[in-house]
Amino acid sequence: MSGVHVSTTINGDAVEFVCNADEPLLDVLRNRLGMTGAKEGCGTGDCGACSVTINGRLVCSCLVLGAEVNGAKVGTIEGMAKGDQLHPLQKNFISHAALQCGICTPGFLIAAKALLDKNPDPSEEEIRFGLAGNLCRCTGYDKIVRAVQATAKEMRGA
Amino acid sequence: MPLDTNFTNQKFKQVGTRPLRPDGVDKVTGRAKYGADYNAPGQLIALVLRSPHAHAKIKKIDTSKAEKLAGVKAIITSADLPDLTAGDRGMRDILENCMARKKVLYDGHAVAAVAAIDQTTARKALKLIQVDYEMLPHVTDVDEALKPSAPVIHNDIFTEGVEPTPTKPSNNNKRASFGHGDIVQGFKDADVIVEHTYKTEQTHQGYIEPHACVANVSPDGQGELWVCTQGHFVYRNQCAALLGMDISKLRVTASEIGGGFGGKTHIWTEPLALALSRKANRPVKLTMTRDEVFRCSGPTSSTSIDMKIGAKKDGTITAAHGVLRYHGGAFPATWAEFGAMTAFACYDLKNVKSESIEVIVNRPKTAAYRAPSAPMAAFAVESAIDELAKKIGMDAVELRIKNAAKQGTQSSYGPVYGPIGIGATLEAAKNHAHMKAPLGKNQGRGMACGFWFNFGGQTCCDINVTPDGTVTVAVGTIDVGGSRASIGLMAAEELGLAYENVRVVIADTSSLGHNDMTDGSRGTFSTGMATIAAARNCIKVLCARAAKMWDIPEDAVVWEDGHAKPAGTNAGNFPPLSIKEIAAAAGNTGGPIAGHNELVADGAGVSFATHICDIEVDPETGRSTVKRYTVIQDAGKAIHPSYVEGQYQGGAAQGIGWALNEEYIYGKDGRLQNAGFLDYRIPVCSDLPFIDTMILEIPNPNHPYGVRGVGETSIVPPLAAIANAMSNAVGVRMTHIPMSPPRVLKAISNRKH
Repeated sequence: MSGVHVSTTINGDAVEFVCNADEPLLDVLRNRLGMTGAKEGCGTGDCGACSVTINGRLVCSCLVLGAEVNGAKVGTIEGMAKGDQLHPLQKNFISHAALQCGICTPGFLIAAKALLDKNPDPSEEEIRFGLAGNLCRCTGYDKIVRAVQATAKEMRGA
Repeated sequence: MPLDTNFTNQKFKQVGTRPLRPDGVDKVTGRAKYGADYNAPGQLIALVLRSPHAHAKIKKIDTSKAEKLAGVKAIITSADLPDLTAGDRGMRDILENCMARKKVLYDGHAVAAVAAIDQTTARKALKLIQVDYEMLPHVTDVDEALKPSAPVIHNDIFTEGVEPTPTKPSNNNKRASFGHGDIVQGFKDADVIVEHTYKTEQTHQGYIEPHACVANVSPDGQGELWVCTQGHFVYRNQCAALLGMDISKLRVTASEIGGGFGGKTHIWTEPLALALSRKANRPVKLTMTRDEVFRCSGPTSSTSIDMKIGAKKDGTITAAHGVLRYHGGAFPATWAEFGAMTAFACYDLKNVKSESIEVIVNRPKTAAYRAPSAPMAAFAVESAIDELAKKIGMDAVELRIKNAAKQGTQSSYGPVYGPIGIGATLEAAKNHAHMKAPLGKNQGRGMACGFWFNFGGQTCCDINVTPDGTVTVAVGTIDVGGSRASIGLMAAEELGLAYENVRVVIADTSSLGHNDMTDGSRGTFSTGMATIAAARNCIKVLCARAAKMWDIPEDAVVWEDGHAKPAGTNAGNFPPLSIKEIAAAAGNTGGPIAGHNELVADGAGVSFATHICDIEVDPETGRSTVKRYTVIQDAGKAIHPSYVEGQYQGGAAQGIGWALNEEYIYGKDGRLQNAGFLDYRIPVCSDLPFIDTMILEIPNPNHPYGVRGVGETSIVPPLAAIANAMSNAVGVRMTHIPMSPPRVLKAISNRKH
């Protein structure tokens, strides 16, 4: 099978790969690039565990083809911390016990960051609808919403 | 040294605080490795061919074309998994569930598996395997399966528990009965009786991580398995037995687990991956798709329950009788028995009888789901009690308080209770601000109680003091939601070390003795018990080493605040020795310092909860929204309160999904119609409110810290709490779960006419 050659930027780094024309970005990240932070919970865009950003826009990487990110800027969970400094969302997810099993956590963090990038002062309802594309089966979302609220407040310097 | 497991009411320095979980950074950076995140060099990708039929004879499987496809390295059918179970029916059923033998028993039942160089090749190979089926009549409904006209799924199942044993096979593999007193007289004594048949539909645990494993078996008979599981030791034992391997030769390493809730206590694809690896002599990775998780892992039972409860006008329950029918999927099981045992456990009843009827249907083999079987039984009991309260004109909480079980009550399932928390959770509910908050239009408030046994089981723990005086704790129970933090807290508490100086790891199966699963809410209870014992054994060694350093008798040394001290002035006048100092000298005092413990954790403390919820029903569409929710539950002792709250909230959320939305929908053809998260809709963030929690601590007398276990009880009350709220909101008594919009709308329109 002849592959598609793709040049892209992932978390600020120039990356090149060859993938099949029908290969989801999620499979490229996980199987070709060894970036297993994005998870496959369903493969049909229903659970959000594979959330990444493409040019700043939140997407399910299982619904995007690897070939589509040529020339784009991809953001994944592996790029969220800056060096040894965790993003405030990452810190607050830990301190608010917003994760139990943790499989949905990378997706939630990416989605929450995309939300706060657009709306630094979201209401509870805006947070709940902003994260409605991500499934968590452990927490009942309570501590996740509180962690996002605390982060928004902290980042606004309030 | 055996541990004194009696509760001692000690004052804690660290237990009960909320430190950061030690695996937190790995899990927020994407670094934590789950089932599908591991790859072995040279690995093959495996896929499973599954039956599209609910019930059929396998006439022939032709794999010859697939075998010829370039890149295919191994294909297996049941012929590659000979029956080595030697008359063990339970293990034979597990084997047959992993790979169909003469018949397929449900939509999704595995018939063959392929390992190939990549997924594309494996997918092509599956299409080249030809299976000739002879269709058989099927039955997927729990009540239909009991009818004399139903197709009999196994011709060697004769109902156990009835005298005389039937001579004809049936889909009812077992009956049992629990209770005491005289229900006939009890119902005669009743002023008011409520009687209904309640139904609940099948649900799935809905963990976000599909099952995944990497198997690696060598021609010398040694093997490794990387897998997401709630019990790697049990997976090891069962896989080795089915494959004819020595247990010691199979090393299983548990990955991080992306949710289980009981669903990762059973093996499905793991023996297939091992068999493929053995045949191909290559590592094999096998990951289920979400469709496969729904169709062929282990969802819970659908049920049909006849419930009759009678009471006097003053609210005293005079008799209670339940007949509970639960399906176990396509194999014999005892899920109804759990339902029958838990049904009336919250109450002090003079006359009570609960009967269980186990049913076999053409659906996947039922697995445990968080307090397995209890939520459905509680739905029936707690709905009926609520209706009883209304008929008598008594407050629903007061009626429950009047009949609540207490210390000394003989439970409906047999044992006499020690100190228990049902009364305390009810009193807390009665006095909770939530109970007094105003309600809006089309809103209603409901409450309900729940019970779960909690389990103990086989457990062990190794504590090793490293040369710098920090400590590693190796345990054999999987961390499903923060137990590393609670185990670390208990080890730190005992040793007098800072929590940060304790590292808890989940050992692989070759590094620690057998441990039972993380199930039955046993993780923190039993591993905590083993950890406390191991720490105390470690302290004995530390004291002995200090004695050696001081050249005084061992019994002249005590351990206080993380230091060895002379027991008194007679023992000598030495400054205290820290773990760090004792560890540094270990090479000269007898070598490495460690503490071990192996035990069967007996004395799990029963757990009770009371939930309160407000819902709003849209009378135009039948859609319900939970507006406010409060969980009150007895933890015994909350080691790390944040993760106790998390268990309460998570269980409530799963219960809410079960109550309002989630159900398996089978077509007339016996095939599952909604095998995906789009059509099997679990609650999302915008569906739920904040879930308030109240932790009560009524110590378990059989645990040094009073721990009971907190994981499961929280899923028991929500079905009934929401049904009771619905009844108060729009005046309809729902007896069929889930209370999905079409069902509610129908009930509302029937009410109007």
